[in-house]
Amino acid sequence: MDYIANLIVIALSAAIINNYVLHYFVGICPFIGVSRRVDMAFGMGCAVTFVITIASLLSWTLTYFVLRQGAPLTMWLTGGKPIDLSVLNYIVYIFVIASSVQFVEMYVRKFFPPLYKAFGVYLPLITTNCAILFACLKISSHVSGVENPAQMWGVGQALTLSFFAGLGFTLAIVIMAGIREELDHCDVPKSLRGAGITLIVAGIMALAFMGFTGVDRGLENVLKKQPVEDTADKQAATTAPAPQDGQSK
Amino acid sequence: MTEENKIPEAAGPVIHVSPGPHIHSAALTTRRMMLDVLLALLPAVLVAFWVFGGYALAQIVYALAGCLGAEALFTAMRKKPFSLMDGSAAVTGVILALSMPATAPWYVGVIAGFAAIGLGKVIFGGLGNNIFNPAMVGRAFVMIAFATLMGASAYVDPDSSIQALTRATPMTAIKMMHETTPLSALLIGNTNGSLGETSAIACILGGVYLLWRRTASWEIPAGVLLAVAVISGAISVLHPDSSWGVLHSLTGGALLFGAFFIATDPVSSPVTPKGKWIFGVGIGIFIMILRTLSGYPEGVMFAVLLMNAVVPLINRWTIPTPVGGPVPVRK
Repeated sequence: MDYIANLIVIALSAAIINNYVLHYFVGICPFIGVSRRVDMAFGMGCAVTFVITIASLLSWTLTYFVLRQGAPLTMWLTGGKPIDLSVLNYIVYIFVIASSVQFVEMYVRKFFPPLYKAFGVYLPLITTNCAILFACLKISSHVSGVENPAQMWGVGQALTLSFFAGLGFTLAIVIMAGIREELDHCDVPKSLRGAGITLIVAGIMALAFMGFTGVDRGLENVLKKQPVEDTADKQAATTAPAPQDGQSK
Repeated sequence: MTEENKIPEAAGPVIHVSPGPHIHSAALTTRRMMLDVLLALLPAVLVAFWVFGGYALAQIVYALAGCLGAEALFTAMRKKPFSLMDGSAAVTGVILALSMPATAPWYVGVIAGFAAIGLGKVIFGGLGNNIFNPAMVGRAFVMIAFATLMGASAYVDPDSSIQALTRATPMTAIKMMHETTPLSALLIGNTNGSLGETSAIACILGGVYLLWRRTASWEIPAGVLLAVAVISGAISVLHPDSSWGVLHSLTGGALLFGAFFIATDPVSSPVTPKGKWIFGVGIGIFIMILRTLSGYPEGVMFAVLLMNAVVPLINRWTIPTPVGGPVPVRK
């Protein structure tokens, strides 16, 4: 039951509460570039969701079995001496992401030629979409360097996080595309048309998403019926300003 | 048809072709709507004067100065016609002031006014084009920028001579201290809180006036109140021993003020009746999620902004079918 609750918290946290675009501000490049029409934005969101899920699955596997300290493969090769290969994280993840983007590109070119044309340069650019690398690094931070094996993320948590992070990206980019179609009829100052007004709207949306501060912790307390330490995000807790209300009291 | 047949052949039938709407009323102007809203806000303003005294007047002056100044400045910069007289900036200013804590310093109100009009409205092309509710954009801006001056602790001033300010707001009291404010205080309004939200009766009076004048659509407040009532009813079924009931949820905090005055902004809410229901119910659901789970005691502002963001999509998905006409094609 706790496992299911944990998965629900991870899923909602990745998709809405700590939305990758509107809370962490990663993946801004396609968010600005491909949010002109709703259908294109939805296609982009699906592509990113697919890539992020595949890449996270592969990178979890590599981290768990090869890269982390005390991984089975290195233990076997060195005869029981734990080696920490996590310095290679970035290179390995970039390889994994680039190859999964290749798969998506071939698939889309074969089966959805109009979408392929519409994406243009942004499809290969998924490779450099930092949201995907961010998800991989986030999973690795819950796999390598975790002292307590019970708290180490399994493949279930990794898949949940990455899939719902992709859904959250889709949600954000589709909402933005809806707003941008409306903005076509608005008299926006010339200097701000396009990317400028999009960034301003994204900023206001991020303000709105600030309201979810603390919802993940509240959800966890409700689901587990007892105060548990913050699994949501240690990085966010240290870098983001403390929640303004309530918790300061 | 018989009428047209009688027209002499030589003159030919005169058919005026013009796009809709074909029925118009000279009385239905932006200015009249905005005056209606100001009139509807009057009870809340009076209660704010009664409860908070000079603080209320000061906040209204700051926010109005910010909003009117920004409107004049930015419309001049964009070389648009002078638009102060339509009253929309004044409405934004009064709603913004009524959503501020009494103790906020002068610059918070002025900056909020500038952010509301500048970032919330003029940058999108002025009245009618804004995606988000301008007053809430301004308030969210200062809420994040001046967290210590706008947060729950900023509402309380223990040394104040005004009695309401010496206590926590009802929403903070129930969330942090589990103290229930009596229902009578929530109805009359002699509690702490944002200036305009304290009195449920004043908000209902103004809201009913707006609905009666049809300046606000009834679907939105109905959706908000329905969603909050259902969710808080479910919560009180799960926790029967809690003293905070459905009526407390409905009358406490900024819910009524938000449902009647903020969510009903005709520019940033959907155009179709079905869309208005979805919009209202969505706001109600988000308010209850944020109230019960988030770190903030109240979530009306965030809920309105979140639903404002999806309004274009709601409009797109709820295009009504014309009577006898073809089903509209989605782009």
